[in-house]
Amino acid sequence: MFLALRELRFARWRFTLMGSVVALIAVLMVLLSGLSSGLVNDGVSGLQRLPVTAFAFDGETKIDSAFSRSIVDSQQVDRWRQQPGVREAEPFGNLLVNTRSSRDTPVDLALFGVEPGSFLAPTAAEGADVGTPDGIVVSQTALDNGLRVGDTVTVDRIGTVLTVVGATADQHTFGHVDVAYLPLESWRRLQAGVGPGQALPANAADRATAVAIRADDTVDLAAGDAAAGTTTVTKKESYGASPGYTAETTTLTLIEAFLYAISALVVGAFFTVWTINRRHELAVLRAMGAAKPYLLRDGLLQALVILTLAIAAGVAVGVALGSLMGGSGVPFALEAPAVGFAAVLLVLLGLLGASAAIVRVTTIDPLAALGEQR
Amino acid sequence: MTTTDRTGLTLSGVTLRLGDGDATVTALDNVHLSVSPGELLAVVGPSGAGKSSLLAVAGVLTTPDEGTVTIDGRDVASMSAKDRAAYRRDHVGFVFQSGNLLPALTAVDQLRLVTNLSRKRVDDRSPEQLLADVGMAHRADRRPHQLSGGERQRVGIARALVGRPSLLLVDEPTAALDRARSHDVVRLLAEETKRSAVATVMVTHDQDVLEHCDRVVEMIDGRLSGN
Repeated sequence: MFLALRELRFARWRFTLMGSVVALIAVLMVLLSGLSSGLVNDGVSGLQRLPVTAFAFDGETKIDSAFSRSIVDSQQVDRWRQQPGVREAEPFGNLLVNTRSSRDTPVDLALFGVEPGSFLAPTAAEGADVGTPDGIVVSQTALDNGLRVGDTVTVDRIGTVLTVVGATADQHTFGHVDVAYLPLESWRRLQAGVGPGQALPANAADRATAVAIRADDTVDLAAGDAAAGTTTVTKKESYGASPGYTAETTTLTLIEAFLYAISALVVGAFFTVWTINRRHELAVLRAMGAAKPYLLRDGLLQALVILTLAIAAGVAVGVALGSLMGGSGVPFALEAPAVGFAAVLLVLLGLLGASAAIVRVTTIDPLAALGEQR
Repeated sequence: MTTTDRTGLTLSGVTLRLGDGDATVTALDNVHLSVSPGELLAVVGPSGAGKSSLLAVAGVLTTPDEGTVTIDGRDVASMSAKDRAAYRRDHVGFVFQSGNLLPALTAVDQLRLVTNLSRKRVDDRSPEQLLADVGMAHRADRRPHQLSGGERQRVGIARALVGRPSLLLVDEPTAALDRARSHDVVRLLAEETKRSAVATVMVTHDQDVLEHCDRVVEMIDGRLSGN
């Protein structure tokens, strides 16, 4: 560390310049991480909050559109209830609707049809639980958008009037739309397009989108599928069925991967030039008897110090900027594990880039120290 | 090792060939040479005569093709590359052209670096004391670019002595200096050679400074001739 620290001080502007680039990448990384977490929350927090192990969709349903296309009946639900390892199985309804509120604002809702009192029904933090026919329990975020308990919303085209009877404590969204829980009975009428006063067709009377399963680890999902004629995905896999989820996360992951690569290359390029610039000095050190491990250790510690400082500064700025984005309508959520992971990965990849360059010190010939200074 | 155990540097029958095939050059041709502790030997000769090769072989930087090199009775020609670096660190001091100091370090840190490399206190004199002995105490906090050529060379000499070497190898120390400073620097080398009881080999072009040396040998086409 003797030489490494003194060089950092001596060449502080050069190191600051390189450190600034790494710090800016770290800022961008924090913002992207926040955006990524925010989008995930916006896309699938409604599913995340459901106490569900897996969803069984009707057989042959393609997973990327399963929540809008699959239809299961009560027989399939019953079959699942009889499977060993399954603790609970309930019909679950999913439907995206456009509505207009009593305040005359358009409100898009993801209707989650659940049996009142079942394990799927959320506990309302405000107002009443799911149970009133045509009464909805909405996500906390719907209240943030101006909806109040007691308001009504009218479903477009069908004309059904839903009343907001309660709200959940936290964010429940699905495909960037606020979730509204309602009794499965009411959901079935809306899903079949049956307006007020009309009769529900007999074949729609026991419909749902999927079987929501809560099961032990021992459950054999394939056996359940065979018995009930369904296709089961775990809750996590079902996120891919949320509108836009896969495309968004893939795009962001791609950007992040590029940033990691750029960061490693910037650090590698800097240390390549830095090492080549010091060839003669390093030859002098070798002639003086400095061992290769000494020079390698010194170089890597130097890289570690500058990377840690730069990335810590970048993360601090990123977190400060990110906290300003709260309430701006941009889906943004800073999560410590995600930010920490990004920071550690940046340091490690930076070290990787640096070591590729610093390894050159081992090829330096101490003989070059003799003769004229170049 | 105490100074009384020192026997200095001995080269016997050393031959070094550079390049390969038709382009082989005999840089050192059957060289015999010995330098005692406390002796300052000057090696003069035209460019390309093999003076740098002599330093490289004596300084355990290069292994000769034939012959033996012993420092304080130890055969150093057959050492592994790793042992050679450690041996240089602990037993050989180099003074390079124009000092070859590290730009990032102050004068006193140039000396402290040597103790940092070997992790053991070496010279009885502290880096500060050594710097004072070469007349550089007042410039201890300056970096090389803030020092004159003569001052850099003085720091370079002090740095070479920190490790308390048995052998001091000096490569054209006056190449970048004017006449008065050249004399100062070589006089300092002669003093420190006596004081530290080190065997010193100085390669130089500079005929003016030979008066300070104990012995002068001339090198032509890889062969040594005493005079």
